[in-house]
Amino acid sequence: MVAPKVISRKATTSKDLEKEYKWGFVTPIEPDLAPKGLNEDIVRLISRKKNEPEWLLEWRLKAYRYWTSLKYGEPRWAKVSFPPIDYQDIYYYSSPFKEKRPESLDEVDPELVEAFRKLGIPLEEQKKLTGVAVDAVFDSVSVATTLQKTLEEHGIIFCSVSEAVEKCPELVRKYLGSVVPYTDNFFASLNSAVFSDGTFAYVPPGVRCPVELMTYFRINTEGSGQFERTLIIADKGSYVSYLEGCTAPMRKTHQLHAAVVELIALDDAEIKYSTLQNWYPGDKEGRGGVYNFVTKRGKAAGRNSKVSWTQVETGSAITWKYPSVILQGDNSVGEFYSVALVNNHQQADTGTKMIHLGKNTRSTIIAKGISAGQGSNTYRGLVKIMPSAANARNFTRCDSLLIGDKCAAHTVPYIEVRNPTARMEHEATTSKVSDDQLFYLRQRGITEEQAQYMIINGFCRGVFQELPFEFAMEASQLLKVSLEGAVG
Amino acid sequence: MTQAPTKHDRYLADFEGFERDVAARGPEWLHELRQRALARFTEVGFPTARRGNERWKYTNINPIAEGTFSYPFAAGEVDGERLHTSIPWSDDWSRLVFVNGLHSAALSSVGVGADARSLAEALRADGQPAREHLGRYVTIEDDAFAALNTAFVHDGALVHVPKNGSLDRPLHLVYVTAAGAGPTVSYPRTLVVAESHSRLTLIETYAGFGEGRYFTDAVTEIVLGEGAQVQHYRVLMEEPDAFHVGITRVHLERDSTFTSTLFARGCAIGRNDLLATLDAPGSSCFLRGLYLTSGSQHVDNYVNIDHTQPHTTSRLYYKGILGGKSHAVFGGTVFVRPGAVKADARQEDKNLLLSDEAEVDSKPSLEIYADDVLCGHGATAGTVADDALFYMRTRGLDLNTAMVHLIKGFASEVLDKVEVEPLRLSLDRLTTASLPELQPGLVS
Amino acid sequence: MTSRGANHNRPLLEVRDLHVSVGSVEILKGLNLTVNLGEVHAVMGPNGSGKSTLTNALAGKPEYAVTEGKVLYRGKNLLEMLPEERAREGLFLAFQYPVELPGIRVREFLRTALDALREHRGLDKGSLREFNKLLQEKAKELGLDEELVKRSVNEGFSGGEKKRHEILQMAVLDPELALLDETDSGLDIDALKVVADAVNKFRKPDKAILLVTHYQRILNYVTPDFVHVLIDGRIVRSGGRDLALELEAKGYEWIRDAVESGREISV
Repeated sequence: MVAPKVISRKATTSKDLEKEYKWGFVTPIEPDLAPKGLNEDIVRLISRKKNEPEWLLEWRLKAYRYWTSLKYGEPRWAKVSFPPIDYQDIYYYSSPFKEKRPESLDEVDPELVEAFRKLGIPLEEQKKLTGVAVDAVFDSVSVATTLQKTLEEHGIIFCSVSEAVEKCPELVRKYLGSVVPYTDNFFASLNSAVFSDGTFAYVPPGVRCPVELMTYFRINTEGSGQFERTLIIADKGSYVSYLEGCTAPMRKTHQLHAAVVELIALDDAEIKYSTLQNWYPGDKEGRGGVYNFVTKRGKAAGRNSKVSWTQVETGSAITWKYPSVILQGDNSVGEFYSVALVNNHQQADTGTKMIHLGKNTRSTIIAKGISAGQGSNTYRGLVKIMPSAANARNFTRCDSLLIGDKCAAHTVPYIEVRNPTARMEHEATTSKVSDDQLFYLRQRGITEEQAQYMIINGFCRGVFQELPFEFAMEASQLLKVSLEGAVG
Repeated sequence: MTQAPTKHDRYLADFEGFERDVAARGPEWLHELRQRALARFTEVGFPTARRGNERWKYTNINPIAEGTFSYPFAAGEVDGERLHTSIPWSDDWSRLVFVNGLHSAALSSVGVGADARSLAEALRADGQPAREHLGRYVTIEDDAFAALNTAFVHDGALVHVPKNGSLDRPLHLVYVTAAGAGPTVSYPRTLVVAESHSRLTLIETYAGFGEGRYFTDAVTEIVLGEGAQVQHYRVLMEEPDAFHVGITRVHLERDSTFTSTLFARGCAIGRNDLLATLDAPGSSCFLRGLYLTSGSQHVDNYVNIDHTQPHTTSRLYYKGILGGKSHAVFGGTVFVRPGAVKADARQEDKNLLLSDEAEVDSKPSLEIYADDVLCGHGATAGTVADDALFYMRTRGLDLNTAMVHLIKGFASEVLDKVEVEPLRLSLDRLTTASLPELQPGLVS
Repeated sequence: MTSRGANHNRPLLEVRDLHVSVGSVEILKGLNLTVNLGEVHAVMGPNGSGKSTLTNALAGKPEYAVTEGKVLYRGKNLLEMLPEERAREGLFLAFQYPVELPGIRVREFLRTALDALREHRGLDKGSLREFNKLLQEKAKELGLDEELVKRSVNEGFSGGEKKRHEILQMAVLDPELALLDETDSGLDIDALKVVADAVNKFRKPDKAILLVTHYQRILNYVTPDFVHVLIDGRIVRSGGRDLALELEAKGYEWIRDAVESGREISV
């Protein structure tokens, strides 16, 4: 039969909206740069610049020596491809401060304050965000931390890692590398050797942190790597919600970001960690963008403790990260909520690991992948139930949404069960936005483009609702901006 | 992925003798294929190194790589009566029996017909359709086991159903390893060519009648022409100490349908590597499996489905019951290639753990490169639900009976789909008989 | 067509010789129909006669290809409009099988739709409070749980809830022409009455309703001005309410036979 002639107008619209990455500006700051390249002297120099104690330098050097002894390079098992990285062509120390760290905001270069203002992060006390204490990190160095006074009243320590080494060395020494040892993986070893700064938080026993703690990371200097290290400790019966946001200027070259995050929750403590990752993703042809190779792990160490990760990953040329939870304490809980979006030439291989050790441990994984353009998106997740984890439970749900026929979506779960009383369930789907759903919305007068966004937003709702309210709004906006050109 | 070449010496020596004595009269193209395969095997080596080796992530094949298995050069003795009583059997089925990989006319049924015959015999004649298809669907480039089988390719079954033809009875291919002087290796090879619009029901059974260790390295290639329908059953009943690596490659043309059911009783290392390539619109495959492992057995199911063309459908449904210190693996990927729109795929693996020391590793993956698709997978692991047990006990069933019902109920979701009735009854009996091994103390 | 009921003689919808195919199969084979403002038309037909094809084609579902004929809506070429433009012009389809929209809440969905409609009509966005009040009121009238508006559209709704939710949308969006596709099927008698009440409330001189159904049951509560019988892609009979009763009594075979034997009944 001959296909019938169609006289009704084709019911699609094509719009090719182009929007620049609006966080792509460069701040004219002359950084204090160590020479490019990596060797023991550079490691010593970083340590010296930060006035570190001997034990920390020793730890860095051990990490460095271990890293150089590795026979293999970067892990290559992930479904991402990138050319060899020249580790001698990277700045390992870049600070916006020529001299010592400023004592107050008045001493900070106004350009820096302006940079954060443009990013929506006012640093001045009088303009501070309500209910959020911010640690602003610029090229791996903490610029300012707001709301210090409020926090101190509750005995909460929230500062840069460098300050923490001075303020509470015993805590740092006890927990640094306790969740992610320097031998963990290639990038974790590198980070342990050269980490420049990052955020430290400690919430004392029984304290419910009254504000959200937030770190805003900004890469500025061209050719510099970003190697921050975050350490959060929630002591017995405490609660803390921590947020991180990140952006970088538009650059034609790739930038390496290899961070390590360690979380420790003691008995009855809870840590909620939320990320909006919006590093520069590169241009439409895949030039430039951040290589985001990050190791994040939480230890639900105590009984009834909880570690919860929520991430919205829209940026970076390549994302390689698996925020994980070691469920060590009996009755501990691990959660992972993720939206990962790739467009143009972005690649993401992200997911989680839930390692069940304690009895009656429970984990939940909700992962939503969106692939557009020529992007490649992989969910990779491990659920491991050890013999000791009697009555462990896991529920995993992974959904992938495909937009356009040039992109790819992969789902690679690893399920290892060694205890018969465990119960685990994994469900995954991959599909495109359904024509029936689009038509239903359009029949109610909503344009195709808006209908697409509504469906994509709905797809992500289960994750967005885990975010603090303002963050959820921002995440939704970010999704829209990141998909421009791919939808409609 | 390589190791000390000395491990290969045994195979190389066997190969020399094999080429001289057994395979000397084969056609030239086959000789070349074997030489190429042996070269690949020598180069690739057994996949003993597991770092970054996703294909063998959860299975350590060192015991195979380090074993010394010799090629038996002759079919051994197998008692026909014993064969009859120990494997699924029906006098209504046509039957080709192979002992140590070599055709046994005495044990095979008469009048199987020209559609199914010994591969060695076919190769001595004109060689078609073997020449066109043999080795075309299995990859020897990076797979030591496929290469090794191909190096020793000689006998096995050639099934060729002509256009619009059909086999009126199920065809049973029986591969038996006989007791020998020392550990032996056999290389069963099966080639099935179902021409367009033909129909066929095929049962492959692998069983051991020897004592102790032996190694079966089997390759099956199945080609379905346009509109062909193949129902395939694979029954693994190797001895508990045996090693079995079975590679099945299925190639589907337009509108063809492949249905397969695996029944695997555990052995020391059992590997079921199945790849179905849906290579034309309208093709579909339905893959089911039931694996039972106990003691220190290890079964690894590696089942891949490749959707290369638009409008293809696949369903995968595997279930495992694990007892003792056994270890079961399910791995496999549903691929949807660029442009293969309207792919409809569902993959499911469910496991029942009956012991504290059993381990299951499941890795059901999706790799999707087309947008207009509907793909999903699921996996579960757990033990017999307490509330179900309790419920049954409140109805007056004792614990033992309740357990038996629940375990068999779990298995029945696969077994009930077996359409060949005598086979279904046999597999049901085999499952029942395995229960005391899976769960010591259980009376079935 | 002779005029009956409240005929204001202003054609809202004119369908002329409409041919519609899905894939390569022609389903509507030259359908004619005129709906004037103020009228309620019932289109009845056996399964597979093309009832849903008619409503879907009118609403502009992409896979329903119009191959011949024309459709005028208030004198404008409906077929040239995008689905959302048709909706904004006042055409509403209550779906036979409403699709689930995971993560999209009823309230935000309806608010977005209403904003789009109001903008098209040159009206300001209403206040959120008014909207919530309206929604609550209408939901209550339809016997829908208040919590329903906080749930994802159609997700986990019972069959009856889905149908009532369609009518809720009609009541809130206030279209001009409502196409009700088997809205009565799957409803128990109480729910049917509730839905019929809402439809009767909607029935006004400046509106029109095209009600597509397999059974005449709903016509006991919503009295149509015209009944059309659709068989094999064409309207083979048109009449008043009596036609529906006759159809119910004698079955579709009767009318098929009558048509085949050439006994046309003029209306």
